[in-house]
Amino acid sequence: MRKAVFAALGLAVLYGCGSEPTRDETKPGVEDRAPASVPSTRPAQPSGSAQPVRPTQIDVNPLKDPKNILSKRSIFFEYDSDRIRDEFRPLLQAHARYLEQHAGAKMLLQGNADERGSREYNLALGQRRAEATKRTLALMGARESQIDAVSLGEEKPRCTEHSETCWAQNRRVDLLHSGEF
Amino acid sequence: MNRRAGGCILPVRMKRAIQHLLAVCLCCIAGAAQGQLTIEITGGGSNQIPVAVLQFAGESVLPTRITDIIEADLLRSGRFRMQYAGGVNPLPTDPTQVNFSEWKTRNADAIVIGGAQQLSRGRYEVRFRLLDVPKQTQIAGVAFTLSSAQVRATAHHIADIIYEKLTGERGVFSTRIAYVVKQNGRFELRIADADGQGAQVALASREPIISPSWSPDGTRLAYVSFERKKPVVYVHSLTTGQRHVVANFRGSNSGPAWSPDGKQLAAVLSKEGGSQLYLVNPDGSNVRRITRSATIDTEPVFSADGRFIYFTSDRGGSPQIYRMGADGGDATRVTFDGEYNVSPRLSPDGKTMAFVSRRDGRFQLAVMDLGSGQVQILTDTQRDESPSFAPNGTMILYATEVGGRGVLAAVSSDGRVKQRLSVQAADVREPAWGPFLGN
Repeated sequence: MRKAVFAALGLAVLYGCGSEPTRDETKPGVEDRAPASVPSTRPAQPSGSAQPVRPTQIDVNPLKDPKNILSKRSIFFEYDSDRIRDEFRPLLQAHARYLEQHAGAKMLLQGNADERGSREYNLALGQRRAEATKRTLALMGARESQIDAVSLGEEKPRCTEHSETCWAQNRRVDLLHSGEF
Repeated sequence: MNRRAGGCILPVRMKRAIQHLLAVCLCCIAGAAQGQLTIEITGGGSNQIPVAVLQFAGESVLPTRITDIIEADLLRSGRFRMQYAGGVNPLPTDPTQVNFSEWKTRNADAIVIGGAQQLSRGRYEVRFRLLDVPKQTQIAGVAFTLSSAQVRATAHHIADIIYEKLTGERGVFSTRIAYVVKQNGRFELRIADADGQGAQVALASREPIISPSWSPDGTRLAYVSFERKKPVVYVHSLTTGQRHVVANFRGSNSGPAWSPDGKQLAAVLSKEGGSQLYLVNPDGSNVRRITRSATIDTEPVFSADGRFIYFTSDRGGSPQIYRMGADGGDATRVTFDGEYNVSPRLSPDGKTMAFVSRRDGRFQLAVMDLGSGQVQILTDTQRDESPSFAPNGTMILYATEVGGRGVLAAVSSDGRVKQRLSVQAADVREPAWGPFLGN
């Protein structure tokens, strides 16, 4: 409870007059530390001298490596649907494996909906999408206790035009790993 | 837990001055000065009562022209036709000074006369009389003493008396509305008078605020805030500015709705998987589940007598409105026309349900006569949301979009009178019309 009060006070101070924090400053910093053990999902580094490897690449966080499927964090849905499309199964498979291999790792799933219709119904739709994603990850090997599923409804659109292209981007679940939420 | 937490109330128009005074302010005061809602009447009613509101003798001593506010209130209700009241000298303050045959010629059924005087610095007296022109009698007469800050409230009170005497229904000019403004990436929960004036910020946040719901006595608001990066239900006291968490369970917490006795809230929780309906005490205790479906159950709202809960569910394959006993149990489907009927709100007399219906891809405000099941679409807009009845049931406030911007609109329950309320350069949404004061 006390923590909650401090959080709210902190929020109030952040939003106080004069100081206008940038969007990034309000978020917890994302730590770019590599896991203690090297995960097997990390792409194998070429041995030998065929390809020069810069030293920094040795500790690349697989969750951040743009070449790693784990860096992909969004899956998308059809209108009024929570069905996981086949094209996103490999992505979920990779994240499920990561969670399975990192027992201490946590994940937050944020469900989203497009803007059409009621805000509360859309909140429920986003929740259903997040929960469908959670179930799928659990079936693929992650522990349910590692995953929280919440909804942001239509409140956090990635794209704000009133078009199907835009709406399709907003019907999504974002996958956030420890340190990112 | 009852500590001040980020929410306090300040008049929007005061904020510039205060910004310079406070180095660090805990209250979250918005950036823009043009915070007031402006109102535009976009329709007209029939069977309007012709009324003339004369200037009050000596009203220029008041900081605001009180008869302008009274006239605007009456006009906005759509129930009156304002007759020309000028060209009278001297201004009458007593029925004996009124030339009734002139007002008969001017086609006024009723006239309002009055006077104002300064009692001391910042203290005033205002007297008004409502006169029946055909009968040449006084219908009402009241005197008020007031401070400069109370001119608007007094005007609304006078308009309420006039409205009630002439229509037989209680007026809503002294009630308040809550709504959310999104501007420059910030969200503000504001409380304003029913005419959109005197807006105060109850809560400001960088994260969304949705679903404000008034406690039946008008002293508290329940709402959903995303400030913890997920939907959490709060109850916020408007008198003290203090607030507390009502529901912050695993998953999402949303859709708070007060029971008519103010002793419990219905809410939507997903803590056991799926969005389901629960009852919870306003202090967050005694959480109990009242629906058990494998589908979405959301948007609960109590009937005015507290016996039923109406809610939205897609248990039949598409989102429709259902009704069940307030403690749960079997639900009966209420809406059948169309594939998308959501956001039920009940009229205070329990006879009418307002809701949002999708018709040909448009989301429109509709009303259903609960006796006959007959549905009437009230608007011709595309993106209506969040209906809310005035406490006398005559108007429905809702959110819609005009020119790519969120605005509030109000329509009479019969669809005849329409108004639009907007804040310049901001998105306005999630309106909730508050209860009668003193309930």
